Amino acid sequence: MTQRHRPFVVLSIGLGLIVTSLTAQETGVTFERLLNAVDEPENWLTYSGSYLSQRHTALDEITTTNTGDLELKWVFQAQSLQMFETTPIVVDGIMYLTEAPNTVVALDAKLGRVFWKYQYTPSQESRPCCGRLNRGLGLLGNTLFMATIDARLIAIDATTGQPVWVTDVADPRAGYAMTVAPLVIKDKVIVGVAGGEYGIRGFIAAYDAETGDEVWRFYTIPGPGEPGHETWEGGGDAWMHGGASVWLTGSYDPDLNLTYWGIGNPGPDWNPAQRPGDNLYSDSVVALNADTGELEWYFQFTPNDDYDYDSVQIPVLVDYPAQDGSTLKLMLWGNRNGFFYVLDRENGRFVSGNPFIFINWAEGLDDNGRPIETPQPPGTPTFPGVQGGTNWYSPSYSPNTNLFYVSSWENNATTFGVREAEYQPGQTFLGGTLGNPIPGAPRLPNLKRGEINNWTEAAGTGAIIALDPVTGDAKWKFEMTDVTTSGILTTVTDVLFTGGREGYFHALDARNGELLWRSAALGGVIAMGPMSYAVDGQQFVAAAAGNGLFVFGLPE
Amino acid sequence: MTYTVTLILGAAFVVTFSPVRAENQEHAGQYAQADIDYGLGLYRTTCATCHAEDGAGVPGVNLRNATPRAETDEALVQLIQTGIPDTAMPPGEYSQAELTALVAYVRTMGEVDPGNVRIGDATRGESIVMGKGDCTRCHRVKRADSLSSAPALIEIGAIRTAGSLEASLLDPTGTMIPINRPIRAVLADGTVVKGRRLNEDTYSVQLIDDNGRLRSLDKTMLREFTILETSPMPSYVDSLTEQEIADVVAYLLTLRGVEGL
Repeated sequence: MTQRHRPFVVLSIGLGLIVTSLTAQETGVTFERLLNAVDEPENWLTYSGSYLSQRHTALDEITTTNTGDLELKWVFQAQSLQMFETTPIVVDGIMYLTEAPNTVVALDAKLGRVFWKYQYTPSQESRPCCGRLNRGLGLLGNTLFMATIDARLIAIDATTGQPVWVTDVADPRAGYAMTVAPLVIKDKVIVGVAGGEYGIRGFIAAYDAETGDEVWRFYTIPGPGEPGHETWEGGGDAWMHGGASVWLTGSYDPDLNLTYWGIGNPGPDWNPAQRPGDNLYSDSVVALNADTGELEWYFQFTPNDDYDYDSVQIPVLVDYPAQDGSTLKLMLWGNRNGFFYVLDRENGRFVSGNPFIFINWAEGLDDNGRPIETPQPPGTPTFPGVQGGTNWYSPSYSPNTNLFYVSSWENNATTFGVREAEYQPGQTFLGGTLGNPIPGAPRLPNLKRGEINNWTEAAGTGAIIALDPVTGDAKWKFEMTDVTTSGILTTVTDVLFTGGREGYFHALDARNGELLWRSAALGGVIAMGPMSYAVDGQQFVAAAAGNGLFVFGLPE
Repeated sequence: MTYTVTLILGAAFVVTFSPVRAENQEHAGQYAQADIDYGLGLYRTTCATCHAEDGAGVPGVNLRNATPRAETDEALVQLIQTGIPDTAMPPGEYSQAELTALVAYVRTMGEVDPGNVRIGDATRGESIVMGKGDCTRCHRVKRADSLSSAPALIEIGAIRTAGSLEASLLDPTGTMIPINRPIRAVLADGTVVKGRRLNEDTYSVQLIDDNGRLRSLDKTMLREFTILETSPMPSYVDSLTEQEIADVVAYLLTLRGVEGL
């Protein structure tokens, strides 16, 4: 009898532990906790770690002197062969992550064991340009929020993994999709729509976290009668299909009550003649009132873009110590167009801008930050190429070093071919072709993230570049043979973590770029932003490589 | 009747709801090499009969330059599936992977196979490859041939177009795929290793050396490491006639590896 009951006893204990662990978070993640996320560094509560989006942790167990002792703690294998581009969030020992395309997983953040999975099967009608993937979750109270590849927003109970509500955000048949990790501000869940290659009209929208009802919507292309509409010249319907998508998470300044979002390219991508004018607010950053969605200011990086230089990068907010003792409220931006910008985030004023890689599409910026363009002759390479000097890979800022760190592609070019594009709902709307990044080479290098680096030095190399916000100069550079798709994490102890397409996870000295440690080859591309958290006082660092999440820490 | 209805519904579903997707595309408009290679093989077996190897086989249609009836990839998928009524272009049944590959190849064939290529006599070409061209001194055309660092030609006809083969014979350095660049490394003990690069990352390089041996070197342990930009293969622009080049291309196109694969 006793023996027959034993399995049930064990099972009961197991369930008891799970319930206890999940009950610990019943108080939930309030807006106050999100506001003060840096005060609880053991948790990682938003996509970029805090509203300032610095991807910086105050955890200090891992230092520049002990990274050599880092060891693999656990691995989670995703049951998906899509790209693993999510940043997990962690709250009170529970990790929540998304598995492409739209599965949510709750795990024990210390052991990697799974509590539950919620699998949403997106409609086959969705047609994202570049992979059926997802970049992560938002969280408020005890509810998770996931934006789906078929343009729906789903609320999920963080304890049970059961859906709470679902809202249709846009029509996937018209090319709308969502890959973004939602941003929660106050009682609202804010998302943006992808689809810049399908002639969508982009927007950012806020939804009531309790009900899923839409609260406000900001179209990233102004309609007739709205300021900025005149930048879609010609009087046609170019604005209706002008793209300006939103596919990375914004930031928030609570003092100004402004939320900042990067806006994608205008469409058709490579034929600007079809959409004369500056094409606001494509390739811009917009500052919106978080309560109403009203535009406070904007800054456009690339007017009338020829090259698909999406400006969706993470807006990094920095309270920078000025020499006179005051604090400057800045926004730092490593743009896909190859320039590193410093803006005043109170009003959008251009402070400075300098190229961080070799470029030839512009010779510089004027006093207002507008590019002085130098279009290249047809059939010749434009630097940076279509993938940009950087792209969606999360940058980092360290208040310790006062440096901005960006993952970059160097010496990568594209020859752009232009052709007329006809808008058809749900069809690609590109307006051109992409030529060989290796001029004269017989074949296109393989963009597929395979095991073989057939990009080689001929098609560009990767680097982590540390930029000084004051001078715009590179303080140091860590070069890689292959280009990099990884984001960057910095720590208060001056360790910088990053990966790359080669599948190594690196720890660098954030002060000088010296390689402190690297993992064994993890067998797949690292294409996400590393993050850090702690459980029971022990610090962990997580990076996804290939289809697995690899979690490292120091020996106990 | 039921069978017919199912087929029609199935086709409608595919056309309406399954736009071509290359899941590993970094960007719409860019195509994976694996898809391009796969598409080349499919193109040869299903399209080249009418459209010809160079894409210009149908009067007034040159697939290398433009597909005016199919501006977008989705439209090209639809066209391949449904054909063009009242023309010789028939409907075709393909899997999603095959459609992805065909689109990838057709969209890039202008870049991988420029120009008109003369294709000569394969039998004469074989004689030149074995004799005057001295190709087998470095390249294997049969598995029994001796190993070296040069790419094996055993299935070259299945993975390369006539245009790229001709270009390689005339300008081997200019057409060398960068990953294939020769490398020269000096090991810590002074040993010199030469070979053809197969893969490389920040810390290591994988190669096939001049003895046909697979090697992996730790770059941090090397005294010297050089990536050469000149191909060890000579140009045949002066040593073979145009006819002989055409004959060699014809022979190379017959090298298709293991039958059935």
